[in-house]
Amino acid sequence: MAAVASDSNGAPITPSNVPHSGAAANPTAAVLAARFGDAVIRSEVIWGETTVFVTREALHAVIRFLHDDPGERYDYLVDVTAVEYRDGARPIEVVWHLRALGHRRFLRLKVELPKRGPLWVPSVIDIYSGADWLERECFDMFGIRFEGHPDLRRLLLWEQYKEGYPLRKDFPLRGRFSRSEQLKQALAADPEARYSMEELSIADAFHSLPQDMRARLAERSAHDEREEGE
Amino acid sequence: MGLTPAGDPRLVQIDPGSQDGWVTTRLDFLVNWARAGSLWPMPFGTACCAIEFMATAASRFDLSRFGMERLSYSPRQADVLLCAGRVPLKLAPVLRRIYQQMPQPKWVISMGACASTGGMFDNYAVVQGIDTIIPVDVYVPGCPPRPEALMHGIIMLQKKVMRERLRDSSRHVEIDPDPTSQLYISPSRIDELSEPFGNSVHQTRSTP
Repeated sequence: MAAVASDSNGAPITPSNVPHSGAAANPTAAVLAARFGDAVIRSEVIWGETTVFVTREALHAVIRFLHDDPGERYDYLVDVTAVEYRDGARPIEVVWHLRALGHRRFLRLKVELPKRGPLWVPSVIDIYSGADWLERECFDMFGIRFEGHPDLRRLLLWEQYKEGYPLRKDFPLRGRFSRSEQLKQALAADPEARYSMEELSIADAFHSLPQDMRARLAERSAHDEREEGE
Repeated sequence: MGLTPAGDPRLVQIDPGSQDGWVTTRLDFLVNWARAGSLWPMPFGTACCAIEFMATAASRFDLSRFGMERLSYSPRQADVLLCAGRVPLKLAPVLRRIYQQMPQPKWVISMGACASTGGMFDNYAVVQGIDTIIPVDVYVPGCPPRPEALMHGIIMLQKKVMRERLRDSSRHVEIDPDPTSQLYISPSRIDELSEPFGNSVHQTRSTP
């Protein structure tokens, strides 16, 4: 399998001998280019890591394909984040890090959003449940809307935060408001009104668990009952 | 006898040879002595200062020498709020709520540069000194302070407790700002007054 980077002796390539550019691309890049055509804008390989730029309209279908296709099986969404460059003309990039544990592949997907346009990308929460907090953090810090996310609230800052998006380049380090105003607003936030102090047990969450996890838990409890019976 | 060196004139034992063994003292002294000798801390540890606090509580430095070994993880049974570490603005209402839940009398130790001033985190997310939220009795400098420094702060707090007077009730009354008072300055007026200085307490608003 070509997925594992290895030298002629079959030893895995370690970071010390990976060239900055020109290393072998992740074979998924070629598959995507052939399958999605114009939706794949370009791809590049830096330090042995492949980055594929896609359009935002195609992104959801691309990730769905990467997740479901038996030849790809990108089963782990490592991170969702964004990059804004100091150069005002460069677009904001939204970045998805995907890993195929079975094939040992790593792929970086990027969508470029012009700063003047609306900042939105499709949510992939229906493909990876783990995207929930990643997308909320990205929304919190960059103000990028993930269309289709069922609960797109701020994650790190409190929900009534009014000063903007802290990781944007136009955001002043100390925030936009005066210290006294910031403190006033922070103290006015009533955490107990928004967050439940009650613990959520696994039994309460049972019906929202994925099917395979529910089956495992049911099997486990049946097994425990059998043991008690003996 | 605890804090009292031998021969302390404030604690007079009458007739040391007597089997009854009774003493006379001032009520102020006795109450303060009892309070200072059993300050139960509520550790509010958010960062590396909390690690130094753990070291202070552990066997080498032994917080129990100060009657503080009973760490109270409920504010309702605590005497001292020990804030160790930076406090993000999101935690500000939580910290204030914890302080409000502590029964009187209560004291606050601000441990480390971040809790006392915001430290190096002069940014949008961090409270610039917890004394902007709750009253603080002792500031312990350091980044983080060594256990010796924290113990010095604890001893300072004990000395402060020993100096309190029972009749002086102002210490243990919480006073909300009174807008009808002539001394009252509104937050917006404070903003206005600090405008020209542009220090870390206030900065000019950035253009939208």
